[in-house]
Amino acid sequence: MSAIEARFGAREGKLTGTVEMIHGAGGRASAELIRTLFRRHLDNPLLAQGNDQAAFAVDAGRMVMSTDAHVIAPLFFPGGDIGSLAVHGTINDVAMAGARPLYLSAAFVLEEGFPLADLDSIVASMAAASRAAGVPIVTGDTKVVEKGKGDGVFITTTGIGVVPEGVEISGDRARPGDVVLLSGSIGDHGIAVLSKRESLTFETEILSDSAALHTLVADMVAAVPGIRVLRDPTRGGLGATLNEIAQQSRVGFRLDEAAIPIKPDVSAACELLGLDPLYIANEGKLIAIAPPDKAQLLLAAMRAHPLARDAAIIGEAVADPHAFVQMRTRFGGNRMVDWLAGDPLPRIC
Amino acid sequence: MKFVDEFRDQALAMGLAAAIAREANPARRYSIMEFCGGHTHAIFRYGVQDLMPENVGFVHGPGCPVCVLPIGRIDNALELAEQHGVILCSYGDMLRVPASKRRSLLKAKAEGADVRMVYSVDDALRIARDNPGREVVFFAIGFETTTPPTAVALRTAKAEGLRNFSVFCNHVLTPAALNHLLTAAALDVDAFIGPSHVSSVIGSRPYEYFTETFHRPVVIAGFEPLDVMQAALMAIRQLNDGRAEVENQYIRVVTRDGNLKARAIVDEVFERRESFEWRGLGAVPDSALKIRDAYAAFDAEKRFSIVTRSAPDAKSCECAEILRGAKKPVDCKLFGKGCTPDSPVGSCMVSSEGACAAYWTYGRFRERAASEAA
Repeated sequence: MSAIEARFGAREGKLTGTVEMIHGAGGRASAELIRTLFRRHLDNPLLAQGNDQAAFAVDAGRMVMSTDAHVIAPLFFPGGDIGSLAVHGTINDVAMAGARPLYLSAAFVLEEGFPLADLDSIVASMAAASRAAGVPIVTGDTKVVEKGKGDGVFITTTGIGVVPEGVEISGDRARPGDVVLLSGSIGDHGIAVLSKRESLTFETEILSDSAALHTLVADMVAAVPGIRVLRDPTRGGLGATLNEIAQQSRVGFRLDEAAIPIKPDVSAACELLGLDPLYIANEGKLIAIAPPDKAQLLLAAMRAHPLARDAAIIGEAVADPHAFVQMRTRFGGNRMVDWLAGDPLPRIC
Repeated sequence: MKFVDEFRDQALAMGLAAAIAREANPARRYSIMEFCGGHTHAIFRYGVQDLMPENVGFVHGPGCPVCVLPIGRIDNALELAEQHGVILCSYGDMLRVPASKRRSLLKAKAEGADVRMVYSVDDALRIARDNPGREVVFFAIGFETTTPPTAVALRTAKAEGLRNFSVFCNHVLTPAALNHLLTAAALDVDAFIGPSHVSSVIGSRPYEYFTETFHRPVVIAGFEPLDVMQAALMAIRQLNDGRAEVENQYIRVVTRDGNLKARAIVDEVFERRESFEWRGLGAVPDSALKIRDAYAAFDAEKRFSIVTRSAPDAKSCECAEILRGAKKPVDCKLFGKGCTPDSPVGSCMVSSEGACAAYWTYGRFRERAASEAA
């Protein structure tokens, strides 16, 4: 038994101690934590070199880099946890440029007193998500803050990827007449997380949709290299994401509410809580904008992938100097889909 | 059948729209006030106005609890959170409403006050049980709908002997406000749509006095867009027939006498205030509730010796006129300029039930289109 295991204690292979300030001090305890916990789960040749950085060769071409901080509460939720979310979130941000993600880094801010068994589960979940996606975590960092100065664990991941030749996807490329596609039902993640909030528990079968979307993106880009915009509607949901794109591209959008997929349980929970599903976060869905003559081809490619079986065409881009997002309601009237004001659901990703 | 989409059915909506278009007399205008912000929200969120003929218009009423609370009472809440160091619990929208000097509970929270957003008064009770060493105050707002849960919470606190829990009571009453609009504010509308959730508690009877005295139809309606359209049609038929009656569109819940058990509990815990200040309406007699002496130990106003001082609305803010139905949100100079949901000046821009927020969030493309056409 190593010194560190003696201090933590271990039961049935699970660490039973808690994070201490000494784990962030850079001494032997830090090294032990990295060896016994992080490196054990995230094992790969680049990480195993034990350097402060990972060195690797890449093919020539356009590269993509993205970073994302994860501060979700609760840390474990139906369908995932902060670990899998931190992997999926950054893979998706890289993939939304049409890129193939290559490597991830991960930085942990741990709060003194956080159970090591929970950290172990989180890192194991990150490792599983990274392995399933084929995108290894090749470098990382750990810091510890005093009790009360954090909320268990915060994880920041950074990812890099390469864009296939001929693909140019960006939020400013939507043009009037383009078609808006959505890969599946909205609001699952936000409602799943909300259902486990301490102050707000309610019964639902809804699981977070947290998933890595890069293989879906690869299939879509292969079918329609001329996709103009891809974006995952995470925080702020579909509503906020389309407003961002409208501003960047200086176009308006007209949506058809009846075409937007939403699960009955999500719809019911939103009714109950007075929330609009258009603003609820997703972690495994994407919006695609493509020229109208390619829309059906793209829709077919999406529906052929397991993560986008319910993909749908939900609207179109229009010329509009105000860049308003408008929606024909299921009821038959019209409304705006504005930016979200305030924050109905803090810390959901 | 989930009872969600059924009340938003487009085919039924089109049928009602056709009936309204057929029956509305083109020689006159129909001005219908939806008293409650919940109706305002439904009208904008589903685009109900788009299905109405040009001569049928909605006037938005003051039935938004966040909107009508005067600044002085929000100043009191800030005082509780900041000077008395309590855990102050309230509903989400309340946290963003500007108080004096554009302060808000959200700003106080950012500066370290212990302000917590809750979904129900039960959460506040739970927080009190979990924090026996702290004073926990529930900032109670709302019309007759939210009053029974507050009454039950007070009874529970008393039964449990929960010594660290109290309620800052700001519950207000719908019929008194409606009465005031038609007398003191001389409101010029033809008919009213009354809120069904209020009548599920108080029944439809309190409006009978009203139709007799003021000869305006009142239709009590549910909050789904089809409910609103059906209620509009019922009001139009009454006006065409020269009738002024209390009609109940929401027969799936509302009865003439309401929920007798809820009313009894409310009556046990609360009594009427002689007068209460409403934003927009000023001092309105018999329009709010206070906690009875039997529950004085749980009354935050008594426990912390709260004194409310009247504070003026922000300069140029037209919330008062808008809450009286005398102006539309777009008539306000600040609308969309100094005042947006992200940075509200007046309370009507804060809550999703506020007329300004509903206009801005769901409907402003109409104003832009109209101004460009002109």
